[in-house]
Amino acid sequence: MSQMPFNAISHFRHLRRTNARHRARIIAMLTACLLAGVLLTLMLGQSFTPLTTVLRILGGAEVPGAGFTVRELRLPRAVVSVLVGACFGLGGIAFQTMLRNPLASPDIIGISTGASTGAVFAIVVLSLSGPAVSIVAIAAGLGVALLIYSLSWRQGVTGGRLILIGIGLAAMLQSVTAYLLMRAPSWTLQEALRWLTGSVNGAQLDQALPLLVALLLFGGLLLSRRHDLETLRMGDDLAAGLGVRVAVTRVIVVITAVALVAFATAVSGPIAFVAFLSGPIAARLMGRNGSLLIPAALVGALLVLLGDYAGQFLLPARYPVGIVTGVLGAPYLLYLILRDNKTRGSL
Amino acid sequence: MSVCSLLAQGLVAGYGERTILNAVNLNVLAGQTTAIVGANACGKSTLLRVLSRLLTPTQGSVLLEGSDIHLLPTRRLAQQLGFLPQSPIAPEGISVLELVSRGRHPHQGLFKRWSTADETAVADALAATHMSELAERHVDELSGGQRQRVWIAMALAQQTKVLLLDEPTTFLDINHQVDVLDLLTDLNQQRGTTIVMVLHELNLAARYADQLVAMANGQVYAVGPPEKILTEQMVRDVFGLESRVIEDPVTGKPMMIPLGRHGVSKRHQASNTERAVTV
Repeated sequence: MSQMPFNAISHFRHLRRTNARHRARIIAMLTACLLAGVLLTLMLGQSFTPLTTVLRILGGAEVPGAGFTVRELRLPRAVVSVLVGACFGLGGIAFQTMLRNPLASPDIIGISTGASTGAVFAIVVLSLSGPAVSIVAIAAGLGVALLIYSLSWRQGVTGGRLILIGIGLAAMLQSVTAYLLMRAPSWTLQEALRWLTGSVNGAQLDQALPLLVALLLFGGLLLSRRHDLETLRMGDDLAAGLGVRVAVTRVIVVITAVALVAFATAVSGPIAFVAFLSGPIAARLMGRNGSLLIPAALVGALLVLLGDYAGQFLLPARYPVGIVTGVLGAPYLLYLILRDNKTRGSL
Repeated sequence: MSVCSLLAQGLVAGYGERTILNAVNLNVLAGQTTAIVGANACGKSTLLRVLSRLLTPTQGSVLLEGSDIHLLPTRRLAQQLGFLPQSPIAPEGISVLELVSRGRHPHQGLFKRWSTADETAVADALAATHMSELAERHVDELSGGQRQRVWIAMALAQQTKVLLLDEPTTFLDINHQVDVLDLLTDLNQQRGTTIVMVLHELNLAARYADQLVAMANGQVYAVGPPEKILTEQMVRDVFGLESRVIEDPVTGKPMMIPLGRHGVSKRHQASNTERAVTV
């Protein structure tokens, strides 16, 4: 038991550091991509604005013509895309990690749909606007999460049952949203699409502040639990044996993840599959030795930013971002379901 | 040696309406290996879950060195008492080193990570289980026996005084079963770790345990050294099985040989039918 070679310790320390460096590199790379993506969307739209001009405009200089395009159209869209994407990415990976199943993402199990239905209900029926919509969306998201949880409770919750119930509930909520939209006569197709598939059309900078606050607050809370969340991947019993307060961790993760998703949904609608895709993409890039929260947030931000850009400028017609991410996500969903049928898949 | 490590008093526990443990008392001696045996659904796994605080008893209490485990903070308890469930699932894509390192979780705070003590404990655990060479491998790629070693290494890295294991040898080939039990005995002898495990295999339990706990119908049927506990009478009462118990020529411990309906030689068959008639 104690042929304790000293070099073993340094070898393992070396392995651990190599892994940490690898993770740091990927996070730096994702951050750089995101920054480049933001600059790209600020520079290149219907017209081209040189980088120097963009930087001058961001610095506060008045540039006739380009100033309006960059500051009023492109910047709010980019900022809101990044924040919304990060919120979805975080919310998604939190659920997927906690329930140990990539299908358990909030956009698959009806939580974003619930938040979206709540937002539409608040706008159409209650005639609310601004932060009040977010509050109703969050309440609806939490309510749906609670409903799914209690419906799938049978001496504990298993992932499979929870996911199936969530998918059923999502379908019901989607039709409620569609019904509410049809009852609102003045609704345009653009707006309807926002609440059905998600869009960052007409994003405003003043929408960004509450999103940023939510991201910092709930994202920070989630990050402070990252070790407990990672340990939960080993199963509830083992996690408890390793000193994780399972029930407390669960409650914190559910509340923060639902709040993140609901805040984002209240602004952009349920952008299809961003929460669902971000975590697995991050896992592919990072490997699974360590927390995926930050990379998943970055991947989510990139997905929304680039998806929206592609929907605006790279496709023959203008599509909202949710259509683009939906096209990306649907095949992956099918792949997972097929794989799940063969093996017992997990993230 | 006679210091009491875990003490269960008047445990009543179950799931929902169903009571599984009925007034269980148990005294686990420090530094010993205790094996819990019994037929399926006799409550042995439930007892282990209560001892590890995964299940809260409706009555009674569990004391760890005199303090009620339900009053200890979760992290404190995890520093003193380790638990390995039956066939745990490794997260996909995790490396051996990373999995074993999770054993340090109760010793680490949010910002206080990876001290020298942590590194030493992990390296020590990997060396003890002969897994150092495979540290970089993914757990998914390992054989069943190797995987069980990784889990035990994780429990070792946790460095608890008491280790509870639920059927650590299930689904393993016999060579790996012996290997795992030898490993646990090393741990017990060299570090003085108190081991409590549920075991299916009676003869292995008798061979490796200092103390056998035989359970039947949610109660402790008998507790004591294997020589006193593993008897034909106990096997009959606890498992409803006729058997012969002889001295194991290798270990000198009692060894149980079941008397089934087939394949028994004439000499034993005669007495078997005799018994069957009287039953």
